[in-house]
Amino acid sequence: MLKSLGYSIRQGFRQIFRNRTMSIASCFSITAMLLILGIFFILLINVNMVAETVKGDYDTIEVFMLDKTEKEDTLAIMDELQTVDGVSSVTYRTKKEALEILRDRWGDQSYLLDNLAENPLPNSIVIKITDLSKAEKVADRAKSYDGIEKVNYYKDTVDKIMKVTNFIQYAALIIMAFLIIVSIVVVSNTVKLTVHARGDEISIMKYVGATNWFIRGPFLFEGMFIGIISAAVSVGVIAILYARLVDMIGEDILVMLSTPMVDESFLVKNLIIIFVALGVSIGTCGSIISMRRFLDV
Amino acid sequence: MIEFSNVTKTYNGNIGIENVSVAIEQGEFVFLVGPSGAGKSTFIKLIIKEINPESGSIKIKGREITNMPNREIPNLRRNIGMVFQDFRLLPRKTVYENVAFAMEVVHKTGRSIKRHVPQALELVGIRDKADRYPDELSAGEQQRVAIARAIINNPRMLIADEPTGNLDPETAWEIMSLLNEINRKGTTIVMVTHSKDIVDRMGKRVIAIDNGHIVRDDVGAYSAGPDDEQQTEYTGGLMD
Repeated sequence: MLKSLGYSIRQGFRQIFRNRTMSIASCFSITAMLLILGIFFILLINVNMVAETVKGDYDTIEVFMLDKTEKEDTLAIMDELQTVDGVSSVTYRTKKEALEILRDRWGDQSYLLDNLAENPLPNSIVIKITDLSKAEKVADRAKSYDGIEKVNYYKDTVDKIMKVTNFIQYAALIIMAFLIIVSIVVVSNTVKLTVHARGDEISIMKYVGATNWFIRGPFLFEGMFIGIISAAVSVGVIAILYARLVDMIGEDILVMLSTPMVDESFLVKNLIIIFVALGVSIGTCGSIISMRRFLDV
Repeated sequence: MIEFSNVTKTYNGNIGIENVSVAIEQGEFVFLVGPSGAGKSTFIKLIIKEINPESGSIKIKGREITNMPNREIPNLRRNIGMVFQDFRLLPRKTVYENVAFAMEVVHKTGRSIKRHVPQALELVGIRDKADRYPDELSAGEQQRVAIARAIINNPRMLIADEPTGNLDPETAWEIMSLLNEINRKGTTIVMVTHSKDIVDRMGKRVIAIDNGHIVRDDVGAYSAGPDDEQQTEYTGGLMD
């Protein structure tokens, strides 16, 4: 068993080298597919990230207090709000804290805030809600108190963003699934040519009593190796391109948009896992599909 | 060794062989003769279970193979060496590798391969060509390689499908004496041929098939056959 596994692996390698043109062609087609998949994957995870950020930002309702409102009054309002249905937590945020948060968010650009004569930000109550659908009720309730300048909540925005991101996510998933099927077909056709070129070899193997798995083995590993090579190439290309892209978009713009992009090392780590799994399964599925007919002797 | 009882195989209504019963014993040397399309190839394909009969029973070494599950076919074939008119060597493997391949396929160890391949090449007389590729060899030498590959796993039976069809008479005789030698060591040989000359001079059992039926089965010369006028010597290149 182990012996024939070793044989299959050796033969698989040999076949790749002996059919260089075909192997390179297969690698190219899988790599192309994986690159396109990768682009959609990048889109998908970034959209996800935006969605999460947005959810995190907007499951809060900010109640901005008038500057003249006393702290005791504010605390009283907070106590009452605490009991409202749909509220998970209520915290007080001083204007100083608000400025710090802004500074954090702006990061390197925070020096722009240094020259403010006085802090323009109000004190506020930050209400975390359990469910975005309850945001409206809670906000209405908050508005009913005195001493309040403004209640900020983002139901419409959040709804819209959620709709858009959901749509993008589904679309990307469907396109990715489609691409995977296409690449299996492409690979199975390429492997079919290799298998066909070796029809004689296969029939001789059958005549001398090779089992089907013995015949399949090398082809499976061939497909698998081609998958791994393609995966490696595409992860490399995508990592480089993504780094360039992040550079090009630049810190500044991202900070202003206050949505981060997915970290490159996170992306690469995930891509390696996904692409290797995909490459290997595309390669092996391709081989299996293309070989079925030939084993029917 | 090989036992056909009332075996019928048709192809879309055309008769391959019909109601054939015949027995070949261990150690026999049997010629299978008959015109093209008579059913010789069908007979051979049935023995190696490349095709299945519609009816009848086929026993190989006492084992019924008509209902044998597909996964056991490889085991069946390991006991049957095959030699073809067109040699069927792998062009991108050397002589040595071609023979070793048949052992790798049945999971023999590297050590056993290293020991047995040179012996087999020695036996067929081409040990000095071990590192050549098939296209560097003469037709006769290529057929020797094919025979070495067929016997490397010590099969009980060797099936030769017109092994001398592509060879000149002199080389053909060299191959025949090689097959004869292999037969003397106990291997059953079933050989399809169109060569009257070979059949006559070997003086072995002859089974003649025509139109799907066995029309003759005895020891002797080809010319006793029913349709010898159709046969010419060395109709090499004509395939069934």
